[in-house]
Amino acid sequence: MILYDYVLSASCYKVRLMAALLGQSLTLRAVNFHPGREHKSPEMLALNPKGTLPVLTDGDTVLADSADILRHLTSEHPEWRSTDDDTWLAFASDLNDSVGLARLHDVIGYAADIDKTRAAGVTALRRLEAHLTEQRFDGLIFLTGKTPTIADIACFPNTALAPDGGVSLDPYPSVRLWMRAIRSLPGFIEMPGIHRLHELAHPA
Amino acid sequence: MSAAIDNHWYPVAMISGIDAPRETLLLGKKISLGRDGGACWVKNAQGTPLPTVERFGHLWTSPGQPNRDLFTIPEADSPGRRLVDVGSVKVKCSPLRAVENFLDIAHFPFVHTDILGAEPHTEVDRYDVKIREEVDEVWATKVKFYQPQAAKSAAGGITTEYMYRVPAPTCSVLYKTCPPRPGEWDIITLFVQPLTDEWCEVWPWMALYDDDSTMSEMVSFQQLIFMQDRSILENQLPRKLPLDPGMEVPTQADMTSVAYRRWLKKIGYTYGAKLVAA
Repeated sequence: MILYDYVLSASCYKVRLMAALLGQSLTLRAVNFHPGREHKSPEMLALNPKGTLPVLTDGDTVLADSADILRHLTSEHPEWRSTDDDTWLAFASDLNDSVGLARLHDVIGYAADIDKTRAAGVTALRRLEAHLTEQRFDGLIFLTGKTPTIADIACFPNTALAPDGGVSLDPYPSVRLWMRAIRSLPGFIEMPGIHRLHELAHPA
Repeated sequence: MSAAIDNHWYPVAMISGIDAPRETLLLGKKISLGRDGGACWVKNAQGTPLPTVERFGHLWTSPGQPNRDLFTIPEADSPGRRLVDVGSVKVKCSPLRAVENFLDIAHFPFVHTDILGAEPHTEVDRYDVKIREEVDEVWATKVKFYQPQAAKSAAGGITTEYMYRVPAPTCSVLYKTCPPRPGEWDIITLFVQPLTDEWCEVWPWMALYDDDSTMSEMVSFQQLIFMQDRSILENQLPRKLPLDPGMEVPTQADMTSVAYRRWLKKIGYTYGAKLVAA
């Protein structure tokens, strides 16, 4: 499988993280999204007319939507799926359009109504916090149950990177505990802005 | 603002990225820039043209009257090097904090884990630092550090040698062991545009020997490294860089930073700096 990848993209990281947690190897092709705008190059548009990243190819199959890619990677792994996933895959889009956009604005200068975008991010994070708090009351740590599914992997990157876009995670203790649970999963890999848990990797 | 701050050259754009005229900030003031045919221009808020230099793939300007030419990097001109426009990243931190972070080696195993450093190889050996009076630059030499993946072109862990140079208050040039050509130095720079005293746009640029990696791979590698620093930089306190001792306790590994701060104080460069001891 080949992943057309941009190292700073939260959505590309979803795919890299999912594959790492499954122990599935990916061939990475670096795409110069910024400053090169290579995702809009003729070669990339031929592969994905929408001109977005990530793009995954597996034989003749070409997938250009991160939720579809997560489903594809876990098609033989029912333990990573739940009937509640779709709700959270849709919510992952809300995160992408709010905290995700605020991050692109602050880091590489994307155009956005930044106050409105951050406010939408806060609304989304409050919803996430409320749900994860309910889960904790029921003794569950992940979005859909006791174990992580593609729902968690889809929502984690933009949430964890929210401070990059000027949206603090300080008010959300349940979200922070959930993120810590994801970061402690065997096979977890980091991306810039999301650091690994050193103290768990190397206990004193 | 004082001449000690205004009379320097500052990066304001990557030349290959200038399409339409645009506005940006320099030292808290609005400027505009663009390109007419071949030549780039910069104007201040009143519409008065500012001096420009086009060098290292970037456009440089100054709100004052620089008393010397923008520094040069003669090694970067040697044939066979690939010049890499990395693009820019905005960071909410003092421009001086951004430079200081670039000069620090001790954070590598913790922030750039398994790339520029790895536990348990965390010790920074003694190295040489000096303010070279004749050129008025800060230099650190004989810096050695174990790196799991020193560059995109590195096949495995190596002990890398570094030289750091601060030729201007908001710029640093790093010379480091070139994995495919051990006799040469790779050149990695950090050009910092002070948007305000607590907000900057950082323009890394590189001149590397690497015949195997694609340009996109080299850009990716450097963006990965720099973005690992960003969240750390945005959380450093105090937000301005203290130039007087008292607020922070330096160790042996911080000699370059100590020299940098001392030099900033000597030349009166206080933009983004904190002067009163705690």
